[in-house]
Amino acid sequence: MTARKEKIVLPLIAVLLGFVLGSLIVILTGRSPLSMFAAIVKGFSGIDIVNGQPINTRYIGEFIIQAMPIILTGLSFAFASRTGLFSIGAEGQLMIGSISATAVALLVDAPRAVHLPLVLIAGILGGALWGAIPGFLKARYNVHEVVVTIMMNYIALHFNNFVILHIFGSVDRVKTAPFPMSALLKSPFLENITRQSRLNWGFIPVIVAVVLFSFIINKTTFGYSLRAVGYNKDAARYAGMKVSRNIIASMAIAGAFAGLAGAVITVGTFNFGRVIQAAEGYGFDGIAVALVGGNEATGILLAGLLFGGLKAAQPLMQSQGIPREIAGIIQASIVLFVAMKFGIKMVLDKFERRQAPSTEGDRV
Amino acid sequence: MSYIVEMLHITKDFPGIRANDDITLQIEERSIHALLGENGAGKSTLMSILFGLYQPDSGSIRVRGKEVKISDPNVATSLGIGMVHQHFKLVHNFTVTENIILGMEPRKGPVIDIRAAEQKVEDLSKLYGLAVDPRAKIEDISVSMQQRVEILKMLYRDAEILIFDEPTAVLTPQEIHELMQIMRRLVEEGKTILLITHKLKEIKEVADTCTVLRRGKLVSTVPVADTDEQRMAEMMVGRQVSFHVDKGPAKPGDELLRIEQLNVKNVKGVLGVKNLSLSVRAGEVLGLCGIDGNGQAELVYAITGLTKVESGKIFLKDKEITNLSIKERIDLGLGHIPEDRQKYGLVLDFTLGENFIIHNYYERPFASRGILRRKAILENAQRLIREFDVRSGQGAMTPARAMSGGNQQKAIVAREIDRSPEVFVVVQPTRGLDVGAIEYIHRRIIEERDKNKAILLVSLELDEIMDVSDRIAVIYNGEIVGIVDAASTNENELGLMMSGALRKSGGASRLVHEAARA
Repeated sequence: MTARKEKIVLPLIAVLLGFVLGSLIVILTGRSPLSMFAAIVKGFSGIDIVNGQPINTRYIGEFIIQAMPIILTGLSFAFASRTGLFSIGAEGQLMIGSISATAVALLVDAPRAVHLPLVLIAGILGGALWGAIPGFLKARYNVHEVVVTIMMNYIALHFNNFVILHIFGSVDRVKTAPFPMSALLKSPFLENITRQSRLNWGFIPVIVAVVLFSFIINKTTFGYSLRAVGYNKDAARYAGMKVSRNIIASMAIAGAFAGLAGAVITVGTFNFGRVIQAAEGYGFDGIAVALVGGNEATGILLAGLLFGGLKAAQPLMQSQGIPREIAGIIQASIVLFVAMKFGIKMVLDKFERRQAPSTEGDRV
Repeated sequence: MSYIVEMLHITKDFPGIRANDDITLQIEERSIHALLGENGAGKSTLMSILFGLYQPDSGSIRVRGKEVKISDPNVATSLGIGMVHQHFKLVHNFTVTENIILGMEPRKGPVIDIRAAEQKVEDLSKLYGLAVDPRAKIEDISVSMQQRVEILKMLYRDAEILIFDEPTAVLTPQEIHELMQIMRRLVEEGKTILLITHKLKEIKEVADTCTVLRRGKLVSTVPVADTDEQRMAEMMVGRQVSFHVDKGPAKPGDELLRIEQLNVKNVKGVLGVKNLSLSVRAGEVLGLCGIDGNGQAELVYAITGLTKVESGKIFLKDKEITNLSIKERIDLGLGHIPEDRQKYGLVLDFTLGENFIIHNYYERPFASRGILRRKAILENAQRLIREFDVRSGQGAMTPARAMSGGNQQKAIVAREIDRSPEVFVVVQPTRGLDVGAIEYIHRRIIEERDKNKAILLVSLELDEIMDVSDRIAVIYNGEIVGIVDAASTNENELGLMMSGALRKSGGASRLVHEAARA
């Protein structure tokens, strides 16, 4: 099997196996896996197989809303990963992006054409700064990025809540005052065509981010040097590349993606700054999305949509009498099967060899 | 005499290349059979088939007269076939014994019977004269000892047929000599050895029979006693090969590289280079020879900027570079063929084309305004592949990881020579290469010299140092113990200096004098 084909086939098999495992568990709980699939189909499209209802765009809008932030956090994890870094920091970077967006949304008074871009840029810069810190510590003092990013997630959480409660003030101790319309991604047009879902213009920056990710990594000299550092730090240094600078830049850009996710949630899904009780899991979902998507832009987009849809399907499963946790189990097992890709590959190769001998191996 | 292994009419295709084309190999019991061929001639593929790593597309294998199907290495092991790979497969923080028993641990009840294992390892080590300490940790022992652990691993598994894949590539001349003795001892005790190599000297020294492959095809199988190095080289390359480098006299010009009173710490934190002064002129090759680990690596890393110096100064074209970044040194005209090709030389997960541009990926023609230009990168790769005969299955798009060691080396050499640096630090440029490639690379190095570049050649191969260099500096224990004229020295004199027994004060004093004048 060629490397290219492998990249597409293996994740698909993992997804398939994830659903098989999910179905088995549903059967174990004494329910029909068919109603689980019915819920999932409905989550993605609104089509109700059981009661025979056609496509409902509201569901489509809602599942895209779920997918948007985790696509961005997926890009965040993947970007750091391409430079050989394991960043757990998307969650915190997202919160800092969110609080930065909140600040600009509340404090700046400008027409929408100026205000909204400023809000998004604030989110991006906030996340980038939060990402650059562990990058700097790694590059300068060789502090492991996993430890730093995990800790910085907690700092971000409490910093966010402190600022919301004590600087912007909150009447109900849960949220800030609503943002002005000029700061929001909301679109009556999009809401109308999706039957009043929360779908908003946020998908545009997400698509831009996906394209930009692929462009930077694959087409630019900067991406080339990031990949060189990621694959072999010693060879990059030997070739005269500034390894430390690349590490900081890579972490900052990873942070920027996550920060944008924070802004998109804050001024898209919501219209106020929020007190966050505990990590909401966008960061970890992003890791899963990046793993399933093979750290490639297109893969991340597809994996993000899949996981977004599964998230959207959770309440529907519950209404079918299927534990909503099943969706989580399917997600987790897809990630597990992706992690087992070498095993899957071995089985496939054996199968292929039996069919047509001598197709594998490329050493000369 | 009977054949213990017979590989009959073996053919194996890889994408874009026929690695083995109808090869028949018959090996006599209790002999050393050498398999000779250029890099990429198909030696490793053939042995991988015998060891069960690949399946042949056609052909059959017989072991002790019985036809067998070796579907994976476990089958090979059960047939008594063992392999010492070029890159060792050892767990570094395990002891020798723990590594050897890995996968087939002897038990005493529920626990591993490490005592019994150690005893068995020690007995085997004694029987074959390996002198390995069963309790030593891998990370604490030398490369040649690690290789012996690999040998012991096979013996522990009762292997009768031992495949050595270019075993001497990582060894010093002294260690090579010891390995040859070990091989003879193994044969005396009834083993059969298959030796993959492209070093003719070793074949002549130790092998009984030699099979030559060229570009995937069998050329001939000959008794070693009836042939000589020149004839084997011709069979392997397919044309006349000259072992000696044709070169005119050097015309040394200005000093391009000058090192003054240099002190560099090694990885253990002690001085690996001590108060060393040296200079290389435009238009000359200065060979640096010494036994491995006498400060060569520290000196090279200090010049190229991979490590910091303790004290002393390094000048490149009269500009001090002691504390400049690697990038600044490269921009000033420093080039470096690194010793460790997989650590420094290549990004293994990059394609060959990407590896070729690693120094100037951001410059025209490979990029403009920060965007890579695929076409220029591809053309550059195709040119270098052609010029240096780098063999790879998918040309510029081949992942470096999928290339054989020799071709990886050729790729690095091609990239660095093509940049034509003013001051060129060349370390072990032909390690793992066959005579044809060595001849070509030596010629290219001399061409660089004749373009008035300064070349510092660091090598463990005395032949290479003596053939290519104009002057030879000998390093011992971090110090230069003498500088001699390549034309008027000999192996014996160099050997004495390398072991620290002889100092040539004439050369050294001249250098001190030069440094003082500058």
